[in-house]
Amino acid sequence: MNAPAIEVADVSKRFRIYRDKPTSLKQRVLSSRSRAEDFWALRGVALDVGEGSTFGLIGHNGSGKTTLLKCVAGILRPTSGTIRQRGRLAALLELGAGFHPELTGRENVYLNASFLGLSRRQTDAAFDDIVAFAELEDFIDNEVKFYSSGMLVRLGFAVAVHVKPDVLLIDEVLAVGDEAFQAKCLDRVRAFQREGRTIVLVTHALDTVIEICDRAAMLHHGELHAIGMPADVVREMRYVLLGVTDPNFVPEEGTREAEIAEVQIVRPNGSSEGAILRGDPLTIVIDVRQNEPLDDLDVDFAVLDGATNHAVLDARTSRADLDLGRFEKKRVRFRIEAFPYEPGKYWVTVGLSNRTTGHLYHVQTQRYLFEVFDAPRVQERVEVPVAVEVEDL
Amino acid sequence: MAAPTQTVERTSESPHPRVGERLRILAAHREILANLVRKELKVKYAASVLGAVWSVLNPLVYLAVFSFVAKVLGAGIPNYPVYLLSGLLAWNLFSASMGSGARAVLDNANLVKKVAFAREILPLAAVGVGLVDFALQSAVLLLYVIVSGYGLHLPELALWPLAFVTLLVLTVALTLWFSALNVRYRDVGHLLNIALLVWFWATPIVYAEFQVQDLAEGGRGTWLGIPRLALYLLNPMVDVVAGFHRALYGTVTPIGSPEPVLFDKSLAWVAGILTITLIVSLVGVRFAWGYFFSRSGDFAEEL
Repeated sequence: MNAPAIEVADVSKRFRIYRDKPTSLKQRVLSSRSRAEDFWALRGVALDVGEGSTFGLIGHNGSGKTTLLKCVAGILRPTSGTIRQRGRLAALLELGAGFHPELTGRENVYLNASFLGLSRRQTDAAFDDIVAFAELEDFIDNEVKFYSSGMLVRLGFAVAVHVKPDVLLIDEVLAVGDEAFQAKCLDRVRAFQREGRTIVLVTHALDTVIEICDRAAMLHHGELHAIGMPADVVREMRYVLLGVTDPNFVPEEGTREAEIAEVQIVRPNGSSEGAILRGDPLTIVIDVRQNEPLDDLDVDFAVLDGATNHAVLDARTSRADLDLGRFEKKRVRFRIEAFPYEPGKYWVTVGLSNRTTGHLYHVQTQRYLFEVFDAPRVQERVEVPVAVEVEDL
Repeated sequence: MAAPTQTVERTSESPHPRVGERLRILAAHREILANLVRKELKVKYAASVLGAVWSVLNPLVYLAVFSFVAKVLGAGIPNYPVYLLSGLLAWNLFSASMGSGARAVLDNANLVKKVAFAREILPLAAVGVGLVDFALQSAVLLLYVIVSGYGLHLPELALWPLAFVTLLVLTVALTLWFSALNVRYRDVGHLLNIALLVWFWATPIVYAEFQVQDLAEGGRGTWLGIPRLALYLLNPMVDVVAGFHRALYGTVTPIGSPEPVLFDKSLAWVAGILTITLIVSLVGVRFAWGYFFSRSGDFAEEL
């Protein structure tokens, strides 16, 4: 396999947020230092983008995907970690990638191309193609301040694709411009794919990701939440974004001598749906089927914090010294007396393995989800058992 | 045409710059620098009919005006236009670079937010624009000096390169520093305008150097044991302007003048204070550069 075109190794990016944004010296002197807050836009992100592949980067607003793209482009500097990138890179971030309004389209093309590493002579050679692609023949000697936003995007895209970058970073620009130009851009992206160039695409258009990307990653609160096949990652994205469970999306592994037949997360009211309150009891019911006789079967589960992806709780039958023996179908109940953690979303991972060899029969990673609400304080009345005693005096 | 197939490998910048590596990156980006200087000049004179003529007009008008009012204002300095302009041109480079350099990152926000390049280029381009004006204005001065018959003074003229390099290094240091500072504290720009006004009058451009020396060495001549003239020389622009005066005005005590105009010191002394200023400025560039670099990683977010 080729060396990756982009290697992102443990990259974090910290921003300082000033609550009142004191941008003048006076405010700065008068306000205490504690006003500055740290905000981690990226935390320990690690991923590789293979040479010649098309990589989709998704996540909700504020998840850090644009920050990551800007770090890869070299516009922002990571606070820690390193990014290695091979080949000429062009980045298309939002509208009009760095045009100066007072200069003409022609001058901006030259200025822009020099930022992308093209010499004057190389730009001369590509100039007519750029103008033709942008469909701006009649306006190229007008100042850019008279351009419409669509014209700016067209010119920006035209320059970026004509410098023949080895790596092209695209942030949402495909969503602007008229439909005909969008189709033209997509065509050009496909041509780039055929020519073996690397593309990183940041977008909210999840269907585009499935359609044109080879791999995808999802960022969530600045952390890498999922990485893999675009369809899987997009499903995961919809899962997290909309809270919609998609039974088809099962990151599973194992050799399946034993199988997880069914998993239910039983709430205190006996239902396997709905949220629980903090401190409520919770039962995780796992139905296990042995496809062939097995000794030493171990059933386990783990609960992961949906925000941080860290395991907060786990248990296994072997730890309780339970020998399940050989069977056809059994039901295992893990009863959590009181779920103590913060309100939020929690994932459940369930696994079957051999307690002595550790061999995995069947693992469903973060397939199940439940939500915890804070216990109500004054808003609602809660049933509180009150004991009554009467004494003779 | 076949594009050159060199493989560029890039690693994200570490928070602490290495001078050699940074210089190599800047050298690789020289085309961007040239383009930016061209752009700034174009924008500066955009929609003006005369264009760069305006830049030359400024010293021309000074020459004309001061040739006439020198008798009144010149404070007894013979050939006052030469004295004034040799210092003023240096000052113009210094103040114009700092003024536009302080705004360089802010004014180019759309570039900083969208494209990756060595951010140092922005303040450096401001200095570059100042240099173009400096060259045009120096040509005017040179022409005047030759045409008016004032002439060049040879041993003194050798001081010019040293004075010029010192001016350039000093300007680069302060421009880098102010442009980084201005991103976070926007009123640095206003502060700078006032500071430059005071600074201008603290530098012997309009008045004779010797007047200051006379005042400083009269009376006790020291303050807390330090010679008062040395305190005056702490202003680096005094040393730089003294260098330009000595190189272009040439004579310490012109014929027909009752007392010296320039510092009544030897040529070696002027070269000495220039060298010290140059060394301090070089150290200053290193620190200002380090500060600029450490801040530049977040420019795209702070604009």
